[in-house]
Amino acid sequence: MSEHPPAGVVDDVDYEAVIGLEIHVQLKTSTKMFCGCALSFGDPPNVHTCPTCLGLPGALPVVNERAVRFAVLIGLALGCEIAERSLFHRKNYFYPDNPKGYQISQYDVPLCRGGRLGEVRIHRVHLEEDAAKLVHLGQSGRIHGSDRSVVDFNRCGTPLVEIVTEPDLHSPEQAREWLTLLRATLRQLGVSDVNMDEGSLRADANVSVRPAGSSELGTKTELKNMNSFRFLERGVRAEIARQVGLLRAGEPVVQETLHFDPSSGQLTALRSKEEAHDYRYFPEPDLVPLVVEEEMRSAARSELPELPAARAERFERELGLSAGRAHELAFRGELGDYFERALAAAQPAQAVELANWIPLLVERIGSDADPADSNVTPESLAELAKLVGSGEVSRDAARTVLTTLVATGGDPREIVTREQLGAITGEDDGLGELVKRAIADDPDAAEKLRAGNMKAIGPLVGYVMRATGGRADGGEVARLIREQVAQRG
Amino acid sequence: MAAVSELIELTAAQAVERIRSREIDQRALFDAYRERAAGDELNAFTWVAERAPAPGPDADAPLAGVPVAVKDLFCTEGVPSQAGSRILEGYRPPYTATVVARLSEAGAPLLGKTNQDEFAMGSSNENSAFGPVRNPWDRSRVPGGSSGGSAAAVAAGLAPWAIGTDTGGSVRQPAALCGVVGLKPTYGACSRYGMIAFASSLDQAGPLTRDVTDAALLLRHMVGHDRRDCTSVQFPGEIELPRSEHLRGIKLGVPEELMDDAEAGIEQGVRTSFEGTLALAEELGASVERCRLPHARHALSAYYLIAPAEASANLARFDGVRYGLRVDGDAELVAMYSHTRAAGFGAEVKRRIMLGTYALSSGYYDAYYVTAQKVRTKIAEDFRAAFERFDFIATPTSPWTAFELGTKTADPLAMYLNDFCTVPMPLAGIPAISIPSGLSEGLPVGFQLTGPAFSESRLLDAAYALERRIGFDGSAARR
Repeated sequence: MSEHPPAGVVDDVDYEAVIGLEIHVQLKTSTKMFCGCALSFGDPPNVHTCPTCLGLPGALPVVNERAVRFAVLIGLALGCEIAERSLFHRKNYFYPDNPKGYQISQYDVPLCRGGRLGEVRIHRVHLEEDAAKLVHLGQSGRIHGSDRSVVDFNRCGTPLVEIVTEPDLHSPEQAREWLTLLRATLRQLGVSDVNMDEGSLRADANVSVRPAGSSELGTKTELKNMNSFRFLERGVRAEIARQVGLLRAGEPVVQETLHFDPSSGQLTALRSKEEAHDYRYFPEPDLVPLVVEEEMRSAARSELPELPAARAERFERELGLSAGRAHELAFRGELGDYFERALAAAQPAQAVELANWIPLLVERIGSDADPADSNVTPESLAELAKLVGSGEVSRDAARTVLTTLVATGGDPREIVTREQLGAITGEDDGLGELVKRAIADDPDAAEKLRAGNMKAIGPLVGYVMRATGGRADGGEVARLIREQVAQRG
Repeated sequence: MAAVSELIELTAAQAVERIRSREIDQRALFDAYRERAAGDELNAFTWVAERAPAPGPDADAPLAGVPVAVKDLFCTEGVPSQAGSRILEGYRPPYTATVVARLSEAGAPLLGKTNQDEFAMGSSNENSAFGPVRNPWDRSRVPGGSSGGSAAAVAAGLAPWAIGTDTGGSVRQPAALCGVVGLKPTYGACSRYGMIAFASSLDQAGPLTRDVTDAALLLRHMVGHDRRDCTSVQFPGEIELPRSEHLRGIKLGVPEELMDDAEAGIEQGVRTSFEGTLALAEELGASVERCRLPHARHALSAYYLIAPAEASANLARFDGVRYGLRVDGDAELVAMYSHTRAAGFGAEVKRRIMLGTYALSSGYYDAYYVTAQKVRTKIAEDFRAAFERFDFIATPTSPWTAFELGTKTADPLAMYLNDFCTVPMPLAGIPAISIPSGLSEGLPVGFQLTGPAFSESRLLDAAYALERRIGFDGSAARR
């Protein structure tokens, strides 16, 4: 981290925002954190339960070893120090989604400490268990105005990793961008579905503002459970604006926990500092200290895949991709994988061309779909890029070929032949004749072009492209138009 | 076939032998005890099996079908498991505690569930929501607690043997007051899975039996690692049946701090019996010397912070949401919690929840809970140092014999002092056994031996030699 973090935001040069995130990640183990019940999503309520996760009298927790391994993997991926010995604590509070009356979590001796991802330092990473799900019956679906509430314990005891950052973020956009990187990293590790809609990735934000240039932290508020990237960005933006407004009016920011309602854009207080719970943490006597042997740590180290930040860096450095494109492909592991498989069937020199085709493919298959599941094989995409590169197919026509590939699959070269999408060039097929016709059809444009208005070439090129159904090479057409206009002059 | 009165006079180990040799029928034994338990006038049982299991255990099984009475703190599938509390009245768990399941597999079926102080909090059994248990030696007196039902049932011959739980003395003290043997094993020797938790870092299951041999035999089938309890361990070796007839070469230490402290208020009759037993130990070849446990006098204070702290969390699950009592709160969650817990818990349980909540509260945690844990470490170190010089530590189990019902209920601190000699051992996680050392004014006195971790077999051996020499006769309580 630089000594002087980038100055803030909020269209406000007088104040700087300081943001830290607390992220909860549901681990994709086969069983729960402290019992043998299966993890599930969308099953009928209360089918994955046992004495332990229901908090029945006499039941005891036993640590899920795979969850520990996943947490170690996350810690290593974030560059944390993994504690050889860490402790579970009881966090005491009453709520119907918390059947024991305490959550088993880690407190002052967590599994992982320190670390960094991108420009953000990691404070700690620890293991805990998820709560049950409360369902409020009645029209609103919210707790207020509901007739009654029922509890589904299927989720109760799902392994959670909590990742706490240092307050190193300074704008809502940066927070969102960083969370995207974190999600990509976790997805690459294969330890979680990291789906914000389904709650397997949840983010809280600690927000404060301070006069620009100050090194002291202002009073922070906590925004709870923003369940999409967009809401995170909007919620943080709204909170920064609220705090700056308060400070400008000479009023203090009060330490409290807030809920952001994305439909109204309103922030409502859940509880103030005075109402803050005293969780009465103490070491969980039902569990022995968590010991992570060097063997587990070194096994996890050797399992670590190439992580998105490193992959993006490699795409930029070795393949010459732009930073934006490199992030786009590397932060969605499946896109990066697809791209690399296509690249294996192409020439390295075509990397940039090929990379440009991935977003076009994504646009056609749906933004959440994995291209590996589509009709378009990486080899055929490589072939298509090659046809464009060699001038055999125009870029426009190639988009048509791609649409056909997405719909039916097949070999790009055959599609080009069958649908007569091959490029029309100056030497054949009367492209020169078409150019002549375009000039005759719009003499005004030709005149302007001759007078040096380069923009006037647009309608003329458009005429030829329309006439050829996009099969002509745009560059070639423009060259012919300039040539003919100049000849007439 | 033997008459009921003859069956009842057999120790459990003797009954096992006779069933295996087909001299008696396990079913007849079960029925004899079932009948006696069903006619219980001591309020020792909260539930009694309606009939013997059919088919019964194999007569060649290690415990041959000799039934066991189980403290109500243990979960038993489909059978009321109420922990002496109104809040669990009628609660029937969907699973069985590991220790009870192990005994059943070894051939000891469930005879009944025994009364206890609510959530094992108490030293007189007067804290049971289901009424106090009477001491079979004198029905106007308490049986001790919290495993008072188990102790009284064994003493009165309503059960061949029983299990209880010990957190600060809850097996040993009622054993002492009822004239039976009670053993608290090394922490981790028995699985706690299915034992309704009072103080997780202290709770251990233990046998309450008519003699030391029975205790060894029962304990043998209780111990062992359980993958459902990660604080349980594989017991090193097997619990051996005791055989020793002397104590030659055994060094007994008598801690000044526990004997001389006026606060403990050891009764003269108890002191006399204790000193008499030490003299018998010397006759058997033991050496007896004074020893130091410098921090033992703080054990009670540490215990009454740590145990309530853990209990305050352990008892949070009784919230009226999923099982047990629920008292409505006019559709208001916090009111439902308050009304349920106000109605469901007794005064002593509430007192300890409040003590524990306070000890863990922000701003007090370091002063109370953390300090108590430091004292706990010191106590464990004291014992370790003492065991470098001594084989066992000897003390009276309880400073008093059984007292009259109602005489100490108004003064919780006086009641807590009952545990003066029994709380240091669970704090150190080490085993201790109480055996009857005689009568004082017609009431049993308990003699306690404490050993290092996993010394159960040696401890039982020494207790056995003493038991033979003392020759305690408990038959009066069975009539």
